[in-house]
Amino acid sequence: MTYLHNIGAYFIMIKDMFRKPTKWSVMKTLIFKDIDDLIIGSLGIVAFISFFVGGVVTIQTALNITNPLIPKYLVGFATRQSVILEFAPTFISIIMAGKVGSFITSSIGTMRVTEQIDALEVMGINAINYLVFPKFVALMLYPFVISIAMFLGILGGMAACIYGGFSTLEDYIIGIQMDFIPFHITYAFIKTFVFAFFLATVPSFHGYFMKGGALEVGKASTTAFVWTSVVIILSNYILTQMLLSS
Amino acid sequence: MIEVKNLHKSFSDAHILKGITTTFENGKTSLVIGQSGSGKTVFLKCLLGLFHPEEGVISYDGKIYSELNSNEKRNLRSEMGMVFQGSALFDSMTILENVMFPLRMFTKQSKSEMEDRADFVLKRVNLANAHKKMPSEASGGMQKRVAIARAIVNKPKYLFCDEPNSGLDPKTAIVIDNLIQEITDEYNITTVINSHDMNSVMEIGEKIVFLKDGIKAWEGSKETIFKTDNEVVTDFVYSSELFKKVRQMYLEERQ
Repeated sequence: MTYLHNIGAYFIMIKDMFRKPTKWSVMKTLIFKDIDDLIIGSLGIVAFISFFVGGVVTIQTALNITNPLIPKYLVGFATRQSVILEFAPTFISIIMAGKVGSFITSSIGTMRVTEQIDALEVMGINAINYLVFPKFVALMLYPFVISIAMFLGILGGMAACIYGGFSTLEDYIIGIQMDFIPFHITYAFIKTFVFAFFLATVPSFHGYFMKGGALEVGKASTTAFVWTSVVIILSNYILTQMLLSS
Repeated sequence: MIEVKNLHKSFSDAHILKGITTTFENGKTSLVIGQSGSGKTVFLKCLLGLFHPEEGVISYDGKIYSELNSNEKRNLRSEMGMVFQGSALFDSMTILENVMFPLRMFTKQSKSEMEDRADFVLKRVNLANAHKKMPSEASGGMQKRVAIARAIVNKPKYLFCDEPNSGLDPKTAIVIDNLIQEITDEYNITTVINSHDMNSVMEIGEKIVFLKDGIKAWEGSKETIFKTDNEVVTDFVYSSELFKKVRQMYLEERQ
C-alpha cells in the first residue's frame, strides 16, 4: 500500500509541478542557478569518468580479441557501440543519480526540515513548482552532458588504443565509422531525455515528502539514489525493447 | 479579525484539536500558550492553512477560508506573514534577498523600490548593516529579526509567530517581543503568537488563549492570567520558582 501511495503522490507532484507557475523573473534566476549546479557542476566528473571508462572498454575489447582473423578495426566499432548505446546514456545517468540526485534530495530535504518549504507555502507560493520545475528545465540540458560523455568516451578509447598499442589510429577511425546507424544516436538521446526527467523528479519527490530531521535527510538521499537508479534501469530496458527490437 | 469556531484536527488516531473557538482582534497581540504537545503549533498551522481541519470554521475578516477558491486562498496567504520557530530563512539567499523575497514574488516593484522597502524594514528591526550577510552568519536573535522583517515587508494584515523567542537569551527575547508588539500597533496587524514563555505573556499578552490537550482551557489577558483561580492555568503559569514566589507575594498582599 505504501508503494501505491508513493506512486500516486509522485504523479500528483508531477501535476503540481506545472500548476500555479512562479513569476518568470524569479523562475529565470532559479533555472540558471540549477543549470550551474546540476549541469555545469557535473561536467568535470562526467568528462573524467567518460574518458577513462572509454579507454577501459577499448582495452577490454582489444584484449578479448585473440583470433587473428578478426580485424583490428573492430575495437573502434565495439567502443563506439558500447559508448553511444549504453555507457554514455545509462552508466553516466546512474552516476548522475548519485551526484545530482543526492544533491537535489538533500537540498530540498533540508528546506523541508528547516521549515523553508512551509515558509514558501505560507506565502501562497506553489513550492513544488518553485523547487522542482527549475530542476526539470535545467536537466533538459542533460543531453548536452551526454554528448560530451560520448565524445570523450570515444576519445579515451582512441587514446588507450594508440598508446596501448592495440591497433593503429587508422583502424580505430575506420572502426568508429563502420556501419554507423544514425538512429542509435536518436535512441540514445530519447533515453537521455527520459532519464533526465527521472533525475529531476524522483530525488525531488524524496526530498519534498521526507519527514524527520538531519538523519532522515541522509536516509532520503540514499533512498532517492536507489530509486532513481531502479527507475533508470527499468526505463532503459523498456525503451530499448520499444525502440531497438522492431 | 480572525474568528475560529469549533476547530477539530486529528492525525491518524490522535485527536489533536478538540473544538477550539476563539477570536483574534485587529491591532492586538494575541498569545496562544500551553505546554509542549498541547496543540499550539497544529492550531497555528490550521490558521495558516498548512493543515486542513476536519471540522470547524476559520474566517479572516469575514472571509471563510474553506469556502475560498485557490486564487482567493493564494491572495489571502499573501496577506499573511509568518515567523517560524527556527526562522526558516532561505539559506541560499543573503539577508537582504530574504527580506526582498515576498516583494519579488508578489509585487511588480522595480529592484531599487524593493531594495528601498527591504532596507526600511531591516532598519525597523534594527538590522541596518546586515544586508549582505548570509543567514548562517547571523546570530539567533538576528535571524529572528530578519524573519520578522521578511514577514512584514509586504505589509501583511495578519502576522503569525511560532515561539519567536525560543532559543534566545532573556534580554534578546524581550527585544523580539517588544518589536512584535510595536509592529502590531504601528501597522494595525492581527498578530497571533505561539509561546510557552511567561515573560512574553507578561510583556505582550493583550489576549491570551490557553490550550491544554487540544482544548481551550482558558482565555483572558496578561492582567487577568495572574489573578485567575483556574487550576490548569495556575499549574502552568506558576510552574517556575520565580513565578511561584510572585504568586505567593500577590496572595499575601491580598490577605
